[in-house]
Amino acid sequence: MTDLRLETRALSRRFGALVALQEVDFKLAAGARHALIGPNGAGKTTFINLLAGALPPSRGSVLLKGEDITDKKQAERVKLGIARTFQINRLFRGLSVLENVCMSVAERVGAAPTMFYPVGRRTDVIEESMHLLDTLKLAADAVHRVSELPYGRQRLVEIAIAIGLKPDVLLLDEPAAGVPSAESHIILDAIERLPEHIAVLIIEHDMDLVFRFAKRVTVMVGGALFAEGTPREIEANPQVRAVYLGQASRG
Amino acid sequence: MNVAIDFASILLGGLAAGTVLFIVSVGLSVTMGLMGFVNLAHGAFAMFGGYIIVLAMNRAHFSFPVALALGFLGTAALSVILEQSLYRRLYRAGELDQVLLTIGLIFIFMAALTILVGPQSQPLQLPPELGGQINLGFMQYRTYSIFLICVGALIVIAIWLAFERTRIGAQIRATVDNRRMAESLGVNVDRLFTITFAFGSGMAALGGGLGAEFLGLDPQYALKYLVYFLIAVSVGGLGSVVGVYYASLLLGTLDFVLKLYLPKGGTIFIYVVTILVLLWRPQGLFGRKSA
Amino acid sequence: MSRKAVPAGPATTAGRAENPAARILIGRHRLRWWEVLPWLAAGAFYFVFRDYLGFGTSLMITILFALSLDLALGYAGIVTLGHAAFFGAGAYTVGLLAFHNIWTEPITSLMLAALAAAVVGFVSGLVLLRTQGLTLLMLTLCTMALLQESANMAHDYTGGFDGLPSLDIAPVFGRFEFNPLYPDTQYLYTLAILFACFVFVRTLVYSPFGQSLTGIRENPLRMHAIGAPVRRRLVVCYTISAALAGIAGGLWAQTNAYVNLSALDLDRAATVLIILILGGYGRLYGAFVGAVTYMTLEHFLARIYPTAWQLGLGLLLVAVALYAQNGILGLSDVLWRRYRARRATP
Repeated sequence: MTDLRLETRALSRRFGALVALQEVDFKLAAGARHALIGPNGAGKTTFINLLAGALPPSRGSVLLKGEDITDKKQAERVKLGIARTFQINRLFRGLSVLENVCMSVAERVGAAPTMFYPVGRRTDVIEESMHLLDTLKLAADAVHRVSELPYGRQRLVEIAIAIGLKPDVLLLDEPAAGVPSAESHIILDAIERLPEHIAVLIIEHDMDLVFRFAKRVTVMVGGALFAEGTPREIEANPQVRAVYLGQASRG
Repeated sequence: MNVAIDFASILLGGLAAGTVLFIVSVGLSVTMGLMGFVNLAHGAFAMFGGYIIVLAMNRAHFSFPVALALGFLGTAALSVILEQSLYRRLYRAGELDQVLLTIGLIFIFMAALTILVGPQSQPLQLPPELGGQINLGFMQYRTYSIFLICVGALIVIAIWLAFERTRIGAQIRATVDNRRMAESLGVNVDRLFTITFAFGSGMAALGGGLGAEFLGLDPQYALKYLVYFLIAVSVGGLGSVVGVYYASLLLGTLDFVLKLYLPKGGTIFIYVVTILVLLWRPQGLFGRKSA
Repeated sequence: MSRKAVPAGPATTAGRAENPAARILIGRHRLRWWEVLPWLAAGAFYFVFRDYLGFGTSLMITILFALSLDLALGYAGIVTLGHAAFFGAGAYTVGLLAFHNIWTEPITSLMLAALAAAVVGFVSGLVLLRTQGLTLLMLTLCTMALLQESANMAHDYTGGFDGLPSLDIAPVFGRFEFNPLYPDTQYLYTLAILFACFVFVRTLVYSPFGQSLTGIRENPLRMHAIGAPVRRRLVVCYTISAALAGIAGGLWAQTNAYVNLSALDLDRAATVLIILILGGYGRLYGAFVGAVTYMTLEHFLARIYPTAWQLGLGLLLVAVALYAQNGILGLSDVLWRRYRARRATP
């Protein structure tokens, strides 16, 4: 039986009178390739924020490997093995790609607080970061400033930073968002080559990506879980089609 | 009975001082709440307007109302010119650059006034109708102070009504609340800001002129009272007219009382109160909590 | 220090240390030849401008003060108008110890000054760094004003507005006396302290801690999302910055043998901010460039034409705010890059 990495129980979040998320029971197993889809405003990013600890829930709990982490803040959850990416890039734009990745690697190995020797002395951090960039085919860009890169490759750096944390759970918020279709294959490649043991939850609108990548799909509508199953099952589900087709025709 | 009169006269003195602070600061509160621009030069506009008003009366012998109008319009006009040419360029810039620009403007204003008018203090000669004492029934009090308090109350009511009842007021409130939403609803935010900035600077001019006999008017004015304006605005809450009114009255009364009873180091309480309020509510007493 | 972009070589999976990015990162902290120039200049100054040693001492103290602000502002992104609070804490520590004949040994007094300022920095940082923007600006301002008013109120101990004159400072190492007429000791003593502090700051800036501060300045939300204890780092940085400002204040008290309320003034805090931005913040040498430029101009212009100086300064600040946000060093960076780009294209 695959072990459970991440679980939520009756997770809810309201903003005043607005209910963003209601009674969400969700399970993410080790090694999962799980996609979360749904119309805009369905609460998907709020869900990720709750999982990552960026937002506290109004009710309910989040469990990591069976342990209740609902009260733990974002930075603590990162140490426990949860990493996330943002829908809009949050990168260190003035720094080089290598420096961006080193930032998270240094944080993970505990090098970050040291004050009395130079960054250059930590060749372990630099080597590991370069290796990571290699696997993501970003090595050629390592020296460039992030702001100089095309958007697609910036998005890749966003993923690299998260992977640098060696997480057990990876939450990807629309990794292909804003990437021109000519470049989106690099995101796809990167996601496909993610280490097998990581539990990956990915929010996406791009159905091709969802079909290529996901083994399970959850549909979220209006802050609640609407349907769950394999990609084929979801595609064939008439209610899902109604929700999506309705959304698509409204454009 | 005497205690009551003493108490009343101190209270009235404090309210008058607070009203002057309010009239100068209200423009700063609204523009900072609207555009998030740290305008340290606001005191310089008050100083500039004060100079126009006082010089119009002293040297050109205009009447008090005419001088006030000249001060308001002249400062509003200058502020529009500066806003279009300088401020506009730094709306998206960081706080630091805005601080730098406005500090530079303060120095320019101070130096210009010293060169053009001279370094000495400019006294304000009150029109005779506003001088002397007025009978309040249970006591006599300085007419000018009562005048100030009434003017301040009228202004806050008028501005509050404008915010609540007019379209432009609604637009300002919407933009302070959520700028992107307001823009997508068709509000011309750029034009709104220019109008608000002009009005706010004009109000500062009025405050500078009306408060001249109380705060004095010399080229150091822009720096001397800057901290007070900033305290009134941040404690009251950016963008809240009611907030800056209450904060100004509170601050003015506190300062007045402290100067009376603890002339050596009374101002320390103002800083303590400000720190405590801002730690308890960083957005100010009436400010919006940022989403 | 400019991060020069080197054209990327072919991507190699083996020998990653040969990747230009890695090489740059590994070698970033190495001394460049021109870094020895400021110290040579300071040394030469001692022999060439014998009449200006007092000015030179004052200049170096300002550099140290600006350097301390750069840590907080340029590297951690804390916008503060209240940094003179720490300068004053250090100055008054030295002043009180000396005036009341409790302790006059200069170097240990300086350490105590650093400690006192660090305590003030730690406590205020812990409390204030929860806030941002205008609120933080106001809180730093009020904290400094609070300290100034307290010093004023305690005039029995601090001399109030008049301050503490004629401080008795023991000779350095028991041998080198502070002579107000021949400020040789003051100059060399200040130079040595500045050098030591600069080496410390330089090490800090190139360390992983310094790198994480840059991260916090560039994108604090991202830092939270990679598990960095952001507030803890900011408080530590602020405390160190305060300690250095305290040393500058202590030096000021020692070399002038005098302390008064101007150590805690808004004027002082605003001036050091201007100096740092003028030179270029977030760069190690911005403090040097800014202080030298500002104080030289001020020394020669301000006393002759004070109003014209104020006007000129105002115009300069407006120009910098609009066109040269990264100060003189930033401008020279841009020009240097353009020059190299023109050289590269035949």
